[in-house]
Amino acid sequence: MAKNLAGDILTVGGKALTSRLFLGTGKFANNRLIPEVVSASGSQVITVAVRRIDPEYKEENIVDYIPDTCIVMPNTSGARNAEEAVRIARLARAAGCGNWIKIEVISDNRYLLPDNIETIKATEILAAEGFVVLPYMSPDLMAAKRLAAAGAAAVMPLGAPIGTNRGLKTKEMVKILIEEVSLPVIVDAGIGRPSEAAEAMEMGAAAVLVNTAVATAYNPVAMAAAFGLAVAAGRKAYLAGPGAVQGYAAASSPLTGFLHE
Amino acid sequence: MSVYDELLKYRDLDFAAVFEQVTDDDIQRVISKDRLTVFDYLTLLSPKAERQLEAMAQQAHRLTVQQFGHTILLYTPLYLANYCVNQCVYCGFHAHNAIERKKLTLDQVRAEAAAIAATGLKHILILTGESRHHSSVGYIKDCVRILKDYFTSISIEIYPLSTDEYSELAAAGVDGMTIYQETYHEANYAELHPAGPKRDYRYRLDAPERACQAAMRAVNIGALLGLSDWRQEAFLTGVHADYLQRNYLDVEISMSPPRMRPHVGGFPPRVIVSDKNLVQYVLAFRLFMPRGGITLSTRESAALRNNMLKLGITKMSAGSCTAVGGHSEEAAVGQFEISDERSVAEMAAMLYARNYQPVYKDWQLW
Ligand code: SF4
Repeated sequence: MAKNLAGDILTVGGKALTSRLFLGTGKFANNRLIPEVVSASGSQVITVAVRRIDPEYKEENIVDYIPDTCIVMPNTSGARNAEEAVRIARLARAAGCGNWIKIEVISDNRYLLPDNIETIKATEILAAEGFVVLPYMSPDLMAAKRLAAAGAAAVMPLGAPIGTNRGLKTKEMVKILIEEVSLPVIVDAGIGRPSEAAEAMEMGAAAVLVNTAVATAYNPVAMAAAFGLAVAAGRKAYLAGPGAVQGYAAASSPLTGFLHE
Repeated sequence: MSVYDELLKYRDLDFAAVFEQVTDDDIQRVISKDRLTVFDYLTLLSPKAERQLEAMAQQAHRLTVQQFGHTILLYTPLYLANYCVNQCVYCGFHAHNAIERKKLTLDQVRAEAAAIAATGLKHILILTGESRHHSSVGYIKDCVRILKDYFTSISIEIYPLSTDEYSELAAAGVDGMTIYQETYHEANYAELHPAGPKRDYRYRLDAPERACQAAMRAVNIGALLGLSDWRQEAFLTGVHADYLQRNYLDVEISMSPPRMRPHVGGFPPRVIVSDKNLVQYVLAFRLFMPRGGITLSTRESAALRNNMLKLGITKMSAGSCTAVGGHSEEAAVGQFEISDERSVAEMAAMLYARNYQPVYKDWQLW
């Protein structure tokens, strides 16, 4: 059945979002590009590594380039275990970055795959402290359920390893999370092209987070706009309820037609 | 098992014979592979691969942008003391060199820190000569306590420590360690280090692993280019880096390819490593370890550093001074002469002009 197209709002941590594209900021050639990229994409949630936030150095402080209309979602990039993630999250809150936190716990420097177990631990602690916790994770159903139980506001499974632009390699697993987990499922990492973002949205993902694909594009601003459109298109298609996929052309002489004679 | 055993596997390797067998097709195949073996890495270090440097450069650039974006981390060294009990024949701080010896007082450390912090940098690398008497672990900890008021990332480049000592410094706020093996060639190593505790090849060789075990966040290794055959040094540095990354997945492993520079001792390099050689090394390493950090220091000229920006480098020093107290006072004699004298602001301007972002702060836990 087609879902309601009007008033399609994503609510995370009590905030109502009309854009379902989240943007990362780590790889741009110049922070000055960020406002333009954000505006071209229509994105309302921008993630920033706490490790890069420097309130003392105005000219280079990445947060100062994020438009006021956006939600800053600091991330714990660089954390190798729950304890470090918790410390980094608290630093972010102390620096005035609000109470959203994207947990990234990575103890594998070769592929940058998230550590679900440490991520669950950090989520429990930070959710209890009042943070809106959005954990980056490997798409594993049981881990996602535990994150939900721990108080996460959404789950953010990877589509492919960070920075690879390889697309939705984990599609089957992400689909299961979408079906089985009550929280918004935000595909984070790996999405390289707008078509892949659209595909994730068509599948029913609540949102998509993109960084490398935009930051390393030849024209980041144009690519950000393309992602904005693709995410909106994919969402619309999901809400419209795509027709069933037919393996064969509908037969003009049905095999069971005689039953009606 | 230590990296020593890993290196032993290659002790009798006939590099010349391996290089002889490499074909252009081998090199092309390796360049387009997803994951390289150590022998693939060696293929890229072969003299024949010099003919395919451009293809390697394209791939290295692509991988680096994908992994690190258009960014370069800036940091600067801070020399705390130049007392040294060793006699490394290639170094200006050599125990017998008649230079003025100095060690910063804690007030001087604060003055240096303030001067550096005013440039915007948040990453600092503190250095000492090897003297447990003058630059004890306790003294370094005292300095770190002060530096934490100014910097969010503090790395050490000091004499090798025990695992417990590394843990102690990590707990005090040190998150990175750098140590150069100088040369992986054990016989050359013995000759170049005639006296002092540094003669102990294995204790130094195992230091990066001890730092990994002590949960240092970042470990940087390298060979001093000019002491032995560079292709072998580059290969063994890669083997060492790969060993550490495989065994300590959570540590950020980096490599530096420092070339010998003039210094007061006047020891000439034994092996000349050309710009082309240096470029080949950096490119091969990037293809071998796409996530590995690569540091290019101010030992290299401004022109070369500008040109190597797009070839895989992830970190550069800026506003460097190799003399104790050189950031806030009249400089004394440095460990070696630097080549790129640009200030932090000048480096930043150069990076922006080339469409790169200087990163002043890339870590904070405290
Ligand atoms: S290289 Fe280090 S250990 Fe050797 S003489 Fe110089 S300062 Fe001392």
